[in-house]
This record gives sequence, structure tokens and C-alpha cells, in this order.
Amino acid sequence: MIPVSLILIPLITGLAAFFLKGENAAKNWALLSSAITLAVAVAGIFFLPAHDLSYDAAWLPQLGSRFSLMTDGMGKMLVLLTTIAFPVIIIATARNQYKNPGSFYALLLLSQTGLLGVFLAADALVFYFFWELALVPVYFLCSIWGGEKRIAATFKFFVYTFLGSLLMLAGILYLYFQSADHSFALQSFYHIKLSAGQEALIFWLFFIAFAIKMPVFPFHTWQPDAYEQSPTAVTMILSGVMVKMGIFALLRWLLPVFPHASAQYAHLIIILSVIGMLYASLIAIRQDDIKRLIAYSSIAHIGLMSAAVFAHQQTGLEGVMIQMFNHGINVIGLWIVADVIEQQLGTRKFSDLGGLAQKAPAMAILLVVMAFANIALPLTNAFVGEFLMFNGLFRYNIWIAAVACISIILAAVYTLNMVQKVLYGSTTGVTANAREIGGNVQWMLAILVIIIIALGVYPQPMIDLTKDTVQAILANR
Amino acid sequence: MNAIIVSALLGVVMMFSGIIVKNRSYHTVIAAGGLLLLLLANLLNSYGIWVIKVDTHNMFNFEQFGMYFNTIAIAATLIYVLLSGKAVEKIGSYSADYYALIFFVLCGVSILSAFNSLLILFLGIEILTIPLYILTGADKRNLKSNEASLKYFLMGCFSTGIMLMGVTLIYGGTGSFILGESKVPESALMPKTSFLEIAGMILLFVSMCFKVSAAPFHFWTPDVYDGAPGVFTSFMATIVKAAGFIAFVRLFDQHTELLGPSWKILLSFVIIATLLVGNITAVFQQSVKRMLAYSSIAQAGFMLFSLYGANDLAREGILLYSVAYSLATIGIFAVLIKMKDYTFEGFNGLAKTQPVLALSTAICLLSLAGIPLTAGFFAKYYMLASAVKAGGSLWLVVIAVLFAAVSVYYYFRVIQAMYFKDGEPETEEITGPFKLGLLVVAALVILVGIFPSLVLNWFYF
Repeated sequence: MIPVSLILIPLITGLAAFFLKGENAAKNWALLSSAITLAVAVAGIFFLPAHDLSYDAAWLPQLGSRFSLMTDGMGKMLVLLTTIAFPVIIIATARNQYKNPGSFYALLLLSQTGLLGVFLAADALVFYFFWELALVPVYFLCSIWGGEKRIAATFKFFVYTFLGSLLMLAGILYLYFQSADHSFALQSFYHIKLSAGQEALIFWLFFIAFAIKMPVFPFHTWQPDAYEQSPTAVTMILSGVMVKMGIFALLRWLLPVFPHASAQYAHLIIILSVIGMLYASLIAIRQDDIKRLIAYSSIAHIGLMSAAVFAHQQTGLEGVMIQMFNHGINVIGLWIVADVIEQQLGTRKFSDLGGLAQKAPAMAILLVVMAFANIALPLTNAFVGEFLMFNGLFRYNIWIAAVACISIILAAVYTLNMVQKVLYGSTTGVTANAREIGGNVQWMLAILVIIIIALGVYPQPMIDLTKDTVQAILANR
Repeated sequence: MNAIIVSALLGVVMMFSGIIVKNRSYHTVIAAGGLLLLLLANLLNSYGIWVIKVDTHNMFNFEQFGMYFNTIAIAATLIYVLLSGKAVEKIGSYSADYYALIFFVLCGVSILSAFNSLLILFLGIEILTIPLYILTGADKRNLKSNEASLKYFLMGCFSTGIMLMGVTLIYGGTGSFILGESKVPESALMPKTSFLEIAGMILLFVSMCFKVSAAPFHFWTPDVYDGAPGVFTSFMATIVKAAGFIAFVRLFDQHTELLGPSWKILLSFVIIATLLVGNITAVFQQSVKRMLAYSSIAQAGFMLFSLYGANDLAREGILLYSVAYSLATIGIFAVLIKMKDYTFEGFNGLAKTQPVLALSTAICLLSLAGIPLTAGFFAKYYMLASAVKAGGSLWLVVIAVLFAAVSVYYYFRVIQAMYFKDGEPETEEITGPFKLGLLVVAALVILVGIFPSLVLNWFYF
């Protein structure tokens, strides 16, 4: 029953939140809901027997679709990331004022429902439903509460991802009729035998959907605009949790169902991913806006994950697993700082900022740790993940890995550049009156920094948690 | 049979009630009561209770599929009358006559869902369309309405002529009005399938494409839908169009092997053309009403997949599509005719002034776009699944899916206008029961979207 309650709690509380009036009522309600979800997730993953972690019920008998949920190591890890992310995001952005707060937090919780459903689904049609359910609330969140150019930016985002999903739907339908028992169950999909030509075709239908979501070069163009125009709380969900849907789907659906096609096209996709990494890093260097810089840096990190997935080496896959979690934590931390700066000073431009370290030393320390994690310096969580991923890439092809490594240097360039321009130098007219970040936000950042360092020093629990998924993926080919 | 007789009688009753009862709002009440009666009669029919048992000499075939569609069509009309009855009363001073014509249309619908002989098909089409010519021109002082009516009449007659020609050729080739039956003895001189029969079938196909507004025979649709009074456009675009498809499916899902492999090529050409014309043209519209006219062409492109698949999924799917598409379109039109300004800008800021209207319109639009959790998703799903099951046509499915993504553009423009833009939309007076009705429609759309078996189980009961 744990997976069902993980989906039902945000769903029901989310629907109820539509009727709440007043800023505080809605905020506290959402916080309460996400805290309960977190508690249920932690209890289910760490303290309850394994058979509580799957669920199966009849849904559409004529279609051969069952409402079945499951949790393997990767699912647990991502559920944990989602349930940690939401309360952190709600607390950290609590000072932002929204019109119609009830609807805002309602949609936020509904998107959590979609995300958790995607990570738990063990049936292709259920997976598809939640995949879309995660998208629709985010579309409304960005379009109603976003920045100036929000309507065009989020519409582009929506059409891109919707197109991808529809192609995936065509692929799902095809697989359904190929499956021996005419069902949508994950296990039946795993046993489908396709001819090489068919497998390649359906592989691409699925891959495009996932590539748009991640996003992998050249499907990334929606991302910087959408991140920039969304309200920051939503950007955190998009980049912290939602892009993991793409990586997750590669590992859960793409590699096991199409083992031959994934091997066949691995080279092409890895090269695309590496191009994306370098390209996004180079653009990030030229950015003058914190949000856009983080957006492009996120594309670079996701590119590495996608390359490591297709390299199909044990170390690389272990790296992907922990990096999915770590990237979520790190990028949410960076967004929180960006949000604090924007709320306090009313600007995100580097040219207006400077000398914040004198005014807000605590924030400076926290930001520097997170910046180090963004560059994957040792003792931060990202070091372990990126090291393992590059290791996997090296085993796959040394030349590709060598080129990909350039992105580490580029990451250092743009990240340190950001740190320097924001924190050091002399204060400008805008930053002269900057204050220290206070209270809850600081606590949230501190918690994230503790996670960053703890997992940087001792990542073994995360590797152990996801070991079963890695083994299953490797055994499948 | 029950539906045919009772709807014809109710049409006559409505005509007389126009003379006896002067208060127009009573006409709506009488019509709604009549529809309930009709619904009951049809349901009794599907449980095997007949009003009159007539030997139709194999000209009719009353099967569960057709009777179930009648139930859907009558129920949709009932919802339509309850939601938009007030608007019907405002069109002109003959509201009882309009309802009478609607009952005659329903009579045509129930003939089309049960025909076996091509003559009955012809009769059904005529009984269905002649009242529509009048309804299109109901706003008789409006030039656009007159133009639409005339255009519809001329094009309709033309396509009926083609249909008659097709029927004649088939009769000439086989000596029978029943498709797939041949009374001509086989001989060395006469091949098993005659040229006349194939030519006749192609003519029938063309005329049916006219009726369901499939490209390249769609040109009448936008003008007629735009010119006709909004309430009647809503009726034409939903129940009538679905009935056309039921006739189309019943006509063509059995005997297409006569046409050989070229049938699928012909049909895929029509499907792609319909999707292309409907979707691309809808993108460029400025008026929501005209956009919905083109979107109805685009939706017809999806419904044509039921002919392409021609299997059990296709039959279930077309029923589900009728439900999903009719509910959503009736809901949107009910809101549209309350608006003073039919352009996209006219919807600006509706979410602030009329949140209930905006919410239900948004749900209906999401359903038309085929977003999961709404009825439209499973409707599209069944259509595509039937094509995939038929095999060898994944490319066509992928093309259809690309066009579905295009459709998001114009459906979401309305949502964007309502929710994300500011404005002072002018609406007519919105009553409480109207809002409640809209919410019921929206709730049904979501309910069918989560449990499509609610609709389909009835089919197998």
C-alpha cells in the first residue's frame, strides 16, 4: 500500500488545496502534505518489508492494463529525491508571493503526484498517464505565475514534450500488440522479441520522448527559456526532479526493452550527448543571468548522464544512479540561492551584482560549497557520481571520454566565474544594501549542504540502494 | 425500430405543441421529456422489447452496435438540449419547430445506425440532412446563415446525387441493394466482382466523405459551421457527424476486400489529407467558432481510423469517440454561444470573471486535444490501437500523432486566453443550472477518461 499512498496523498491534498484561501493556509497545507509524503516514503523504503512496496489492481481489463506499481532501487532513490525536494522547495520559496496561492500549491502537489507515479509505474499505460499528469500542472504553473515571456516559453515546452509523449504512445501501442499476453506490464515488455528493423524504429519513438524530457542535444531548445520564465519553485521541480524522468525512463524502459537497438545506436547518442555537454558549457560561459547559467549547466550535466547510460558499464551506471540524486540536490540548492538574490535585490544579472560575500557571509559559504559540487570537486557528492560516470565512459571509448572531460574544465570556468561575480569584488549600487539570508531558507540550504558533503564523503549507501537496478540492467544485455 | 418510430412521432408532437403551447420555455421542457421517452424506448429495444415488430425484409439490421449508438446519440442530444435549450429558444420564434426538426434528425440517425439495404442508407441520409438545411438557415434575417444554408443544400444535394449513382451502379452490378450480396449467377462472362460494383463503392465512399467532411470533400464545412446559428452548429458537429461515421463504418468495415489493397492506399490518402487540412487551417483561425469547424475536420481524420482498422477495437473506438467528442464539443459550444465575441480575444480573462465556465471549457479542450485523464485520450487511443492492430501502418499512426501535437496549438490558444491573459470578456447572463450542467459535462469527460469501460461495458451487457 505504500506506493498507492505515495500517489494518493499529494493527489487528494492537492485537489483540496484548490479550495484554500489565503497565502499561509495554502502554504502550510502543502508543506504538511509534502512532509507526510516524505515520512511515508522514508518509512516505506527503510523500515517496512519489501512486499509492501508493490501494488497491483485491475484497472482496464479489456485493454490488458493493470494499475500496478513497483519499487526497485532506482525507484526508491528517485522517490526519496522527489519527496525530499518538495518540502525543501516549499520552505525555501515561502517568501515569494503568489496570486491565488491555493491554486499554485494545488498544482505543485499535483505535479508531485505525476512524478511519483512515473517513478513507481510498472505498467506502460499507467506510466504514460503519470508522465502526462506531471506535465499538465507544470504547464499551468509556468504559464500563470511565470515571467514576462512565460506564455510563449512554456507553450514551446509543452508542445515539445507532448509531441515526444505521443510518439512514445505510438511505440507503446506497437509493443502492446507484440507482447505475448497482450498486456502493458513492464515484465511482458521485457520479454518481447522484435526483429532488428522493428526494434530500431520503436527505439527511436521512445528515445525522442525521453531525449526531449532530459533534454539531450539537439532537443534541448525549450529548456533555457522554460527555466528562465518559470517561477523559481517550478524551475526547481523542473530541473531538480523532472529531468530525472528522462534518465529514469531510459534505464527503466529503453535499455531493457530494446537491448540491441540501444547497443546499436549507443555511439551516435553518446556523441550527441557529448556535443550537448560542450555546447551547453560554452554557452553557459557567455551568460549574464544566473538562471540561464544554471539552466545551461544543467544541460551539460544531463548530457554526461545520458552518455554514461549508453556506455553501459557498471561503474558508469552506478555513477548515473547517484548523480541523479546528487544533481537534484545541488541544482535545487543553486536555484534557492538564485531565488534569494532575485527576491532581495530584484536582479539576476551578474553585471549588477558583486561583493555579496561582505554583506552575507553565511550565504557566501553555502553558495561556494554548492558551486564546488557543481564543478564536482572531491569531497562533494557530485565528485563521486561524475568520477564513476567518466570511468564508465573511459571503458567505453577513451577518445570520447577525453573530449567529454573538457566539460569539467568548462564547468569550472563558468561556475567560478559566477561565484566571483556574485560574491567578490566591490559592492555595486544594487548590492550595497544586501542582507544576510535569514531563517528557514538558510536552514534549507544548510541541510542541502550537509547532504552534499555527507554523500561526498560516504556515498556507499546510495550505491547499495540502487545496486539491484544496475545489476538487472547489466544482466539484460 | 423503437427509436425510428418514436422519434418520428415525437417530431409530429413537437410540431403541434408549437401551435398549442405558446410559451417557448415549455417547448424545451417538452423536448427534454420527449428525449427521455425516446431514450427509454431505445433502451427497451436493446433489452428485446419492441413497440411494433415489423418484417423489414432484411432492409434493416437491428444489432446491438447500432442501438447502443442510438442511446449515445439520444443521451448527447438530451445533454445538449438541457445545456443549450435557452439558446435554441432565442434563435427565432419557432422553437417548437426547431425541436421537431431535431427529432427528425434523430429519426435519421436511428435509421443510419440500423440500415442494411443501400436504399435505406439513402433514406436515412436524406431524413438526416434535410432538417439540417433548415436548421442552418434558421436565423433567417442573417445573411451568413442564409448563405450557409444554401451552400449546405447545394453541396448536400450534389453528394447525395453521387451516392445515388453509386447505389445504382452497385445494383446494376449485383442485382441487389445489399452490399456483398450478389443475385447475378456466376458465369464465365460475368466475373465474380464486377467493375460496376467497385465503381459504385468508390462513389459511395466519396459521398460518405462529403457527409463526414473528410478532405478533399470538406469545403462546405467551415462556411456552414460558421454561418449556422451556434447552437445548431454544435448539434451538427457532434451528433450528426458521429451518426455519419456510424453509417460509414457499418457500410465499409465488411466488404472492403472487393477493392483490394488499393482500399488502404485510398483511405490513408483521405486520412492524411483530412488531418493536414483540418489541423493546419485551424491554426490560422481568428474566430473560435471557425477554429472549432476546422477542428471538427481534424477530429474526423482521427475517426476515419475506425475504417482503417476495421476490427473490434475500431467498433468500440468509434462509439467511445462519439461519446468523448460529442461531450467535449457540446460543452465548448454551450460556452461559446454565451460569449458576445467569438474571437480568441473574446475569451481573454474568462477564468477570472467566470471560473466555472473557464474550468469546464478547459477540460473539454484538453479532451479534444487528447490529454490523458480525459475522455479524448482513450478515444484517440482506441483509434490508433485499431490501426496498429490491423498491422503495417505504424507510419500512419506516427503521422496522426504529429498532427495531434499540432492540434494542441489551437486548442491551447483558448486556454491561454482564458487563464493567462487579462481582459473583460462579455458574456450573456449565466445561470446557476447552466454552470451545474457544464460541470456535469466536465465531470463526465474526466470520468470516462479514467474508466473508459464505463462506456464500453454497456456495449457488452
